[in-house]
Amino acid sequence: MLSRVADSLYWLSRYLERAEHTARLTDVQIHLMLDQSPAASAQRWARVLTSLHMLPPGDGMYDARHLTDYITFDAANPNSIVSCITNARENARQLREHISSEMWEQINTVYLQVKTQRIDDIWETQPHAWFVAVKEGCHLFQGITDTTMNYNEGYQFLQAGRYLERATAVAHLLNVHFETFNTENGLGFDFLEWIGLLKSCTAFEAYCKVYMADLRPDAIAEFLILNREFPHSIGFSVKRVQDALLEIGEDTQSRRARGVNRLAGRLAALVDYGQIDEIFAAGFHTFLTEMMRQCSQIHDAIFQAYVVYPVEREFAE
Amino acid sequence: MNQSQSLTTVQTPLPTPFTGYHLARAYDEMFSPAAAARPAYAELYHRLLEMPAQMLEERQKAADTSFYHQGITFTVYSDDQGTERIFPYDLLPRIIEAGEWDTLERGLKQRITALNLFLQDIYHDGRIMNDGVVPRELVYSCKHYRRQMRGIQVPGGIYVSVVGTDLIRMPDGSFAVLEDNLRVPSGVSYMLANRSVMKQVFPRLFGSAGVRPIDHYGQSLLATLRALAPRHRPDPAIVLLTPGVFNSAYYEHAFLARQMGISLVEGRDLLVHDNVLYMRTTAGLQRVDVIYRRIDDDFIDPLHFRTDSTLGVPGLLNVYRAGNVALANSLGTGVADDKAVYAFVPAIIKYYLGEDAILQNVETYLCLDEQQRKHVLVNLDKLVVKAVGESGGYGMLIGPHSSAGEREKFRELIMADPRNYIAQPTIQLSTAPCFIDGKVVARHVDLRPYILYGEKVTIVPGGLTRVALKEGSLVVNSSQGGGSKDTWVLQE
Repeated sequence: MLSRVADSLYWLSRYLERAEHTARLTDVQIHLMLDQSPAASAQRWARVLTSLHMLPPGDGMYDARHLTDYITFDAANPNSIVSCITNARENARQLREHISSEMWEQINTVYLQVKTQRIDDIWETQPHAWFVAVKEGCHLFQGITDTTMNYNEGYQFLQAGRYLERATAVAHLLNVHFETFNTENGLGFDFLEWIGLLKSCTAFEAYCKVYMADLRPDAIAEFLILNREFPHSIGFSVKRVQDALLEIGEDTQSRRARGVNRLAGRLAALVDYGQIDEIFAAGFHTFLTEMMRQCSQIHDAIFQAYVVYPVEREFAE
Repeated sequence: MNQSQSLTTVQTPLPTPFTGYHLARAYDEMFSPAAAARPAYAELYHRLLEMPAQMLEERQKAADTSFYHQGITFTVYSDDQGTERIFPYDLLPRIIEAGEWDTLERGLKQRITALNLFLQDIYHDGRIMNDGVVPRELVYSCKHYRRQMRGIQVPGGIYVSVVGTDLIRMPDGSFAVLEDNLRVPSGVSYMLANRSVMKQVFPRLFGSAGVRPIDHYGQSLLATLRALAPRHRPDPAIVLLTPGVFNSAYYEHAFLARQMGISLVEGRDLLVHDNVLYMRTTAGLQRVDVIYRRIDDDFIDPLHFRTDSTLGVPGLLNVYRAGNVALANSLGTGVADDKAVYAFVPAIIKYYLGEDAILQNVETYLCLDEQQRKHVLVNLDKLVVKAVGESGGYGMLIGPHSSAGEREKFRELIMADPRNYIAQPTIQLSTAPCFIDGKVVARHVDLRPYILYGEKVTIVPGGLTRVALKEGSLVVNSSQGGGSKDTWVLQE
């Protein structure tokens, strides 16, 4: 597979995953804000932006409609939902002969749907319906991918991109959330906030099936980090990243695969052999920071091994 | 009553939805001059009489949506948004009878064979110039002549693997060649997309008409490319080289690569080492044997052509010279579709094949020739003037539709560089029924069949029928407000 194509596949799914995550998180937060005073909601928006890796808007306006516009439609915000979907589609456009026509049509449909709307079209009526449409559009793309694409190297690059993005996003969200709500003298235990965290990861129902509706921060952390069955947990995601990279190494028979696979294996082991009480004892924040560092290391290693490897060494052999 | 039988309009009013259908001086594809439906169109005609306009509109809408969602669009460069538009699609098919097609097929085969021999000759011995059939200065002064190609033996002696020939139907009903496109002809994806949309929106009509299939184009193109591969490379790597996603024909490049199952590459994916071409893959570097290139000569190798090109591959020409890669089409093929050289094609056919041209040329005046130039300058208001190396409807003056200022501008252009201009009489391209704004109306059309030249010559039945959507307009190019429609060649 062409290196450029692998690169585009990887980014295509990373961007879509980011759009989906952003849509879900924003939807949940707007919902939570209904019960809140304006002062508290300003703090909340600041947290939302941090969780999404977004800088505050240049004009510093913290009004709900404006911020929602910034997060969803603002083309000048590189991580806004519309920017992510546009980038995903732009990558897909360069991949037309590698993805199925159905996949292309789906991503194109989502793109046309979000591109033709403005904040005023959704704000007064139903922002919720719009976020749902974005999430469903992304889900449909994944479903179509699973039923129409060859499970080849290209498919594995899609998986690697999607799950690496997911692991990073969830780690980041947990980090910000625990910093605010899991402190001795902070806001304390706020039932709605913890439900909000779970819902931001589609995890509320799945969590209840394991722990029942007994919301405890350590159990929630355990579920979102270490659970290996729930598709939005970090543990599940890093395992998928590892699987995909092993397949890619197998397909390419590249000697450069070894380095990448070692990193992916090390991260998977961190989750495999991790225990939540030890993680808290050693420092929750430190643990998550280390995880995110390893994710970004894997990201770099994928590029070094498959996309931008030096040509000179190829001829030297 | 009979005195009102004018040449321009038929006096018998046609029934709905044909009330706005004007039969003019041009040959009409659907109606005879007496306003009777021609046999090939009889069924379509009757179906249109029965079908409510609303149903046609719904189908048009369905077709447009389908194009839009498939992303079959071209990019409009004029605004910075990079707006994508669909290439307007007309709902009604253009129909060609089996007998007519047989003539076209023979004529096109003859033409591509002769033009290929011409290219082989001018880049080697130059017999045709020594014998004075084609003037030497005409060849050497051609903008698309590539001296770098002198003496290179191209794989299989095939210079042009893919050709798109623009045909028009003359007022007497015969076909004539308007232009040969021997460099990087485009539009074939629209031919295929039009057909697939046609099958969706008019399944019954299509099924009952007995239309020859065109779906094997991708396979035939692949076979054509494979025939170019070096003999010692039994499992050749074939790629399609595109300028990239910002090129207006990118959709087509991706489409064809997918149809053939080959890699779509950009210049930055390729590199040359020791006169061998490689592409950068996740598994390491992989050798490339055949390139179907959709980049112009000028941009393909910055070491030999335009040095500012970032689209091409430095050193590619050396690999080609060394026989380590095949190019389709070869370089320097634009000489043979130069609009001045065009005037000599009947003589070229006679010279190499000893045959008369099956397909006629349109009468052409070379401004290079003093006598002919005089005639052109006196008759600018009646003629079509074209720059010899341009395509896409650019650099053109349509005399009867021009202003005095435009004619004056072209007079100066011609005087400054006569070699660069030719003129032809303004020809009324044939008209065909189109569904526009709820009515069936007559619009001018041409026809571009695609010819593949590999181990044998293959022409998929039909081609791209391009439509000038504006009433009375004779310009069919997509860049100038043209559209297209599905083209049916009947089984018998």
